[in-house]
Amino acid sequence: MSDPKEIPSVAHVEGSGIPVHGNDIDTDQIIPARFMKVVTFDGLGEFAFFDQRFDDEDNEKEHPFNEEQYQDANVLVVNANFGCGSSREHAPQALVRWGIDAIIGESFAEIFAGNCLALGVPTATADSETIETLQSWIEDNPDGDIEIDVAAETVTYDGRTIDVDVDEAQRKALVDGIWDTTALMNSNTESIERTAAALPYVENPKVQTGRSDD
Amino acid sequence: MSERTLYDKVWENHKVTTLPNGQDQLFVGLHLIHEVTSPQAFGMLQERDLEVARPDLTHATVDHIVPTSDRDRPFENEAAEEMMAELEENVRSVGIEFDDPTTGKQGIVHVIGPEQGITQPGMTIVCGDSHTSTHGAFGALAFGIGTSQIRDVLATQTVAMEKKKVRKIEVTGELGDDVTAKDVILTIIRRLGTDGGVGYVYEYAGEAIESLGMEGRMSICNMSIEGGARAGYVNPDETTYEWLEGTDEFEDDPERFEELKSYWESIGSDEDAEYDDVVTIDGSEIEPVVTWGTTPGQGIGITEEIPDPESLPDDKQDTARRAQEHMRVAPGDTMEGYDIDVAFLGSCTNARLPDLRAAAEIIRGRAVDDSVRAMVVPGSQRVKAAAEREGLDEIFTEAGFDWRDAGCSMCLGMNDDQLVGDEASASSSNRNFVGRQGSKDGRTVLMSPQMVAAAAVTGEVTDVRELPKVEVKA
Ligand code: SF4
Repeated sequence: MSDPKEIPSVAHVEGSGIPVHGNDIDTDQIIPARFMKVVTFDGLGEFAFFDQRFDDEDNEKEHPFNEEQYQDANVLVVNANFGCGSSREHAPQALVRWGIDAIIGESFAEIFAGNCLALGVPTATADSETIETLQSWIEDNPDGDIEIDVAAETVTYDGRTIDVDVDEAQRKALVDGIWDTTALMNSNTESIERTAAALPYVENPKVQTGRSDD
Repeated sequence: MSERTLYDKVWENHKVTTLPNGQDQLFVGLHLIHEVTSPQAFGMLQERDLEVARPDLTHATVDHIVPTSDRDRPFENEAAEEMMAELEENVRSVGIEFDDPTTGKQGIVHVIGPEQGITQPGMTIVCGDSHTSTHGAFGALAFGIGTSQIRDVLATQTVAMEKKKVRKIEVTGELGDDVTAKDVILTIIRRLGTDGGVGYVYEYAGEAIESLGMEGRMSICNMSIEGGARAGYVNPDETTYEWLEGTDEFEDDPERFEELKSYWESIGSDEDAEYDDVVTIDGSEIEPVVTWGTTPGQGIGITEEIPDPESLPDDKQDTARRAQEHMRVAPGDTMEGYDIDVAFLGSCTNARLPDLRAAAEIIRGRAVDDSVRAMVVPGSQRVKAAAEREGLDEIFTEAGFDWRDAGCSMCLGMNDDQLVGDEASASSSNRNFVGRQGSKDGRTVLMSPQMVAAAAVTGEVTDVRELPKVEVKA
């Protein structure tokens, strides 16, 4: 069940883009806290950027996530410090459930990037000029194809290929299909117990190994 | 070989192995859970037919959605009741200790851990909550994790992480009157930026930090995440040990205390530890800080002018412009005199006993301004009880504050405690993001508990140092 071989490699993401402009877009904006009163992540997609998309009377406001031409997009392009604030995994979960498979931006808050990785979503970075150029190209070409090569750290669109950065550990995890850490770590029971036994504050080093099949 | 920081030492002694993806697998000494971010993780565990590896190293509380007034079950709010019931079921089925409101130990997760002494130096502590950095005040390596990582920790008691760089932030000198830990951390974030800490762990040091009690150190470490750093810590010292000695964990076990103390003493940063970066801030120059915008980095001293967006670095201008529009403030003004509608004294940043004492000191003999709705939400049931033993509740209620039960409350507006419409709040919490306090038009001004108290009685942002003293007959 938790066999590491079943985890897909995410070496490539291809599709059309959707730009969301602005620095310091926090996770409260990506998914307002009032939509977190749920015990599963199902159905969060429709609440992505909710307060940016709707006014008090639930009328649509101007926001890329509302726009017809972006409804099939799967590559989100953002600016600096995206996903800062609360650690809620509800944020990337909402984006993924809306349809996002990869995010390109100037920079990402760490917990957010980590949460994305846990879902197999690459977060690639590039300088602000590169990002802004890409964002305006998408605005002119909402159906245009964007291809992210995670292993090569490149993005190809409009007949050109640009360099982006994908954090080394993230890249390896995505490309080798080892981003599901539960499966990876669960096989190290002996080393876990050895580490615990050497810690003066842990009274009993034993871990319950669970019923996984390894 | 270079001498080591606390971060290096704690990392190394918790490292299980390096994973094939290049991350390190770390053993987790304490896993704290609450009702909002854990249920999905329990669900994932079930899907995979995995069990909880170490229920004994896992500790639960309820804080985010819990009502702070009527707590009779079932909770009036159905979604809140459902989350509470789900947590109860999860902890009961595997035997995890749970501080529910009937125990008298319930409270905000970052308040109860330290309070009970389960937060200790030299531990790794994780929680599905970004303010887990708070526990770093004890010299623990503590960080927030996402739900998939909670699943990892539940299943294996380990977490996969990359090692970060360490920036030492030295705050020198003595803090002025009515200048608090909150003002120090808001100054640090303003100086280094909300993303300045990305890739770093912050070590807070220097005279101004060392002279703080544990509560002040917690306020500082708490907001490391607002500065982009996933964790922050202070090296443990006598202040730390004194706190721990009096907690549930060690009160009746002096032997274990002594035994662990020698471990705690060994994990502090070496005298000649090497840092990736060092920043020095003169603590004596800090004045009470308030925010003028919608990120915690948009703060100024109470006597300073709100900056012109044009004068800021290129990448900050746009955010600043939008923030000023939202907050309805103009460059060149100070924040003094900014009208407020709500005074919120609470949150894991500033709802511990000394915070309430300091605020009560200012409230005593005064009344909340007619235009203000004011509330105190103690960080835990124990903080609340201790405050009541000192009569602080009377000072607050006589002045017109609402004295509520422990929880996150209006820090994030997930229960019924929310801003309404475009209300402006003077808040002792940690985030002034748009919509954070429950209304997307709401306006939040972050400040210290003393400053919240001053704002509550005047109805506007006020320099607490200028507030005339009230003579109170004993
Ligand atoms: S008090 Fe606020 S910041 Fe602290 S844990 Fe609760 S919601 Fe998060």
